[in-house]
Amino acid sequence: MKKQGSDSNPAPVLPALPEPLKDLKIKYTKIFINNEWHDSVSGKKFEVFNPANEEKICEVEEGDKADVDKAVKAARKAFELGSPWRTMDASERGRLLNKLADLVERDRLILATMEAIDGGKLFSTAYLMDLGACIKTLRYCAGWADKIHGRTVPMDGNFFTFTRHEPIGVCGQIIPWNFPLVMFIWKIAPALCCGNTVVVKPAEQTPLTALYMGSLIKEAGFPPGVVNIVPGFGPTAGAAISHHMDVDKVAFTGSTEVGKLIKEAAGKSNLKRVTLELGGKSPNIIFADADLDTAVEFAHIGLFYHQGQCCIAGSRIFVEEPVYDEFVRRSIERAKNYTLGNPLLPGVQQGPQIDKEQFQKILELIESGKKEGAKLECGGGPWGDKGYFIQPTVFSDVTDDMRIAKEEIFGPVQQIMKFKTIDEVIKRANNTTYGLAAAVFTKDIDKALTFAAALQAGTVWVNCYSAMSAQCPFGGFKMSGNGREMGEYGIHEYTEVKTVTIKIPQKNS
Amino acid sequence: LEENMVPPSGRGAGGGLALLSQAAEPVLPSLAVSINTALLYSLQIFINNEWHDAVSKKTFPSINPATGEVICQVAEGDKADVDKAVKAAKAAFQLGSPWRRMDASHRGKLLNRLADLIERDRAYLAALETLDNGKPYSISYLVDLDMVVKCLRYFAGWSDKFHGKTIPLDGDFFCYTRHEPVGVCGQIIPWNFPLLMQAWKLGPALATGNVVVMKVAEQTPLSALYVANLIKEAGFPPGVVNIIPGYGPTAGAAISSHMDVDKVAFTGSTEVGHLIQKAAAESNLKRVTLELGGKSPNIIMSDADMDWAVDQAHFALFFNQGQCCCAGSRTYVQEDIYHEFVERSVEKAKSRVVGNPFDFKTEQGPQVDEEQFKKILGYISTGKREGAKLLCGGNPAADRGYFIQPTVFGDVQDNMTIAREEIFGPVMQILKFKTIEEVIERANDSKYGLAAAVFTKDLDKANYVSHGLRAGTVWINCYDVFGAQAPFGGYKASGNGRELGEYGLEAYVEVKNVTIKIPQKNS
Repeated sequence: MKKQGSDSNPAPVLPALPEPLKDLKIKYTKIFINNEWHDSVSGKKFEVFNPANEEKICEVEEGDKADVDKAVKAARKAFELGSPWRTMDASERGRLLNKLADLVERDRLILATMEAIDGGKLFSTAYLMDLGACIKTLRYCAGWADKIHGRTVPMDGNFFTFTRHEPIGVCGQIIPWNFPLVMFIWKIAPALCCGNTVVVKPAEQTPLTALYMGSLIKEAGFPPGVVNIVPGFGPTAGAAISHHMDVDKVAFTGSTEVGKLIKEAAGKSNLKRVTLELGGKSPNIIFADADLDTAVEFAHIGLFYHQGQCCIAGSRIFVEEPVYDEFVRRSIERAKNYTLGNPLLPGVQQGPQIDKEQFQKILELIESGKKEGAKLECGGGPWGDKGYFIQPTVFSDVTDDMRIAKEEIFGPVQQIMKFKTIDEVIKRANNTTYGLAAAVFTKDIDKALTFAAALQAGTVWVNCYSAMSAQCPFGGFKMSGNGREMGEYGIHEYTEVKTVTIKIPQKNS
Repeated sequence: LEENMVPPSGRGAGGGLALLSQAAEPVLPSLAVSINTALLYSLQIFINNEWHDAVSKKTFPSINPATGEVICQVAEGDKADVDKAVKAAKAAFQLGSPWRRMDASHRGKLLNRLADLIERDRAYLAALETLDNGKPYSISYLVDLDMVVKCLRYFAGWSDKFHGKTIPLDGDFFCYTRHEPVGVCGQIIPWNFPLLMQAWKLGPALATGNVVVMKVAEQTPLSALYVANLIKEAGFPPGVVNIIPGYGPTAGAAISSHMDVDKVAFTGSTEVGHLIQKAAAESNLKRVTLELGGKSPNIIMSDADMDWAVDQAHFALFFNQGQCCCAGSRTYVQEDIYHEFVERSVEKAKSRVVGNPFDFKTEQGPQVDEEQFKKILGYISTGKREGAKLLCGGNPAADRGYFIQPTVFGDVQDNMTIAREEIFGPVMQILKFKTIEEVIERANDSKYGLAAAVFTKDLDKANYVSHGLRAGTVWINCYDVFGAQAPFGGYKASGNGRELGEYGLEAYVEVKNVTIKIPQKNS
């Protein structure tokens, strides 16, 4: 048995990393409705900043309720019985999604550069990871388009019964700023493969790649009105979507706080279907029998990846007593060796946080950690004289009642706790309102499978962290969300099941 | 509605419902007009992504059925070559091989790439198909190639979606299934849809991670060998697909009785299907799927839309020169419309354009070879002798090549040879019936059970007849509607197993159950 990465068993080959584009032009800054570009009804625009240097990149049309209304009308029209989109072969929807994947692949460098500048994301990560995930997700969902099977049902009596998996209709989709393009694709790809129409609101911090996608969606040949993109703010455009009486479903990725508002809005308006992918405070449990190098590395990446701005961040690391000190020592060493800076430059390992608000919130939580008695092992403050950079920060001796052990920090701040027994750590790991992800590191098959069952989380990783791909469902237990995205499970969130029963003269098996 | 296999001339005759879907009617590509049939690629045996002469050094001629002339010589594989191919396939399937370690999604990517390459070379492949098989170029290009590309793309999508399960086993256990590839799959394909049958076989086998030794029909090896180049170009690792042109009794038999072939899939005659099943039983009990002959009933109720029914019944039988396993070769027409139906069917058959398959106006080309040609003419004379009424056709249609006139028999009785045996030619049998119960019984009174159809506007009749027919596919108010999404295969002696759709994947996996003892089970 050879490990992946050894000579005769190479890891999958990533494409070569080019240099980021030097003269990126921002061409698309308007609202995308009916495959056309529109000014906002109010005439308002908002500024988009580069978080690495706090400079303005451009201004974008600011959509609000009036623009959402326009977009929903277009989406509704595109969804009418007999429309080109409704009468299209399912395989043709798949072909269009594959075409869109081809176009994203063609423009990979443009999109990755834009994502790095707008989102403060390392260019290498944007190009290799984010864009790779986008392309694969589009192709994955493309394949599903003509494989979403209804059933024939052996109903009692003289009836012939079958189910149709129909698209839900107009889907509002509100996406976050941490993975702007990946989240855009995670939302539109399953919705479109099932035949829905969508109104997407990208985050106000990071609207650029989503708007660029508008141009590709048109180029791929999706009919007008199938995808509509309204950049804007949550309290205006986002609220308009979630309150809208003609939106059949809303899917949201973001904070738990806003997730509650969305569900409430759905309840108050038309009982639209709601799926939510929210925050987390995911436990990562390291047993003394684990391969310590592997565990330290995964625990580090599991927290620090993309400046800690991941809903799945492994932000509560529980380490078994005998290896606790050594684990902390190696984790500090790993966190100290960091190059911060311009995310477009090669060699840079950590970029800025997304904006001033997040930056300040993280620093405030770091202060609370110090005040509440956690031991600050490294980092703990801002970095550089401009941009929203924060030093990689490690806290040890963290206890469960501290704010940094309970609240989602969404920054490069690692909490390491100690545990003694299995029962204890299961209880402590589950003692949270969240339940998005969890991990356990051990070589013991019994422990591994015990934790796989006991942890209250939508995803459990064993001896790895952040291992995600389009085939695997993803979503939260408890207040980390409702429903699942990706995998076959994620597809079903975008269909209504219709039971059709026909009286027949005589039933035969 | 009237999708896919409907030839261009049949389009747009769909009646009211078709209007609704007009907006989304896929636009067919226009026919490529510059036809190139130069054979500028290797006509050898394809093993390990390389070209080999036959071990015996033998070759055989491939013949143009429109002229009876030899097109070229092709390497003739037999047992020795099958052994080489199976060895290569087995090596490609070893634990730790590039193919076994490949991400499932990457297998899908390779299949999509193969579809892209076939699309790129669509005109050339269509021309090869017509040259070698005799089917009209317009059909090769618009129908066969379209379905080939769609089939490969469909299975590309499945590669990372054919899920195992986790299972709530009683006791303190964790239990799950893995859908593992079967291994070395022998695939023996026919001459009536050479490229399409190749895609039907390769798509599910490769999506699920198997390796393949394919024998292509000796009548039509050319297009499959060209596709071998594309398989290599797409980037499939060596040994994953191996293609052997050759004959059934030698190469085909070697595959089906091979001790190292884990599964055999065959499309062809019921007679040979028996031999394959027997060979599997006598060798290593390899898994067997068979897609065999048919004598499919097509039932026209008196309330059906007459224009549409005549049109579809004609298409159901005459499509592809009648060389379809699912041909609607027993057309049962209800008494009160029988005469009109017969009259109009004869009219339609008489107007069918037979001729040079490269002529865009041609609807019917030659039969595939002399053997088939003679066999069909034999059936026609048997039909006359047994008392069926020959209403049109009945003779060869040209003085060279294997052309047969579109032929219609009326007053056919169930016990006549032409109502019981598969003719596989442009010969239509029309029978009369009175009641639903009677026609279901008569329709099912056949050793075959591949396909069936009913034409009626009555919902109850449609449901009753479709549920009562013993056939793997039942079409209602349509015929020969195929799509990669819908499973296809036979009841009774028409075959074992299903191809296409999710069901089609089942034949290409072994289900492995893994059970692990755990300290404590929790729901």
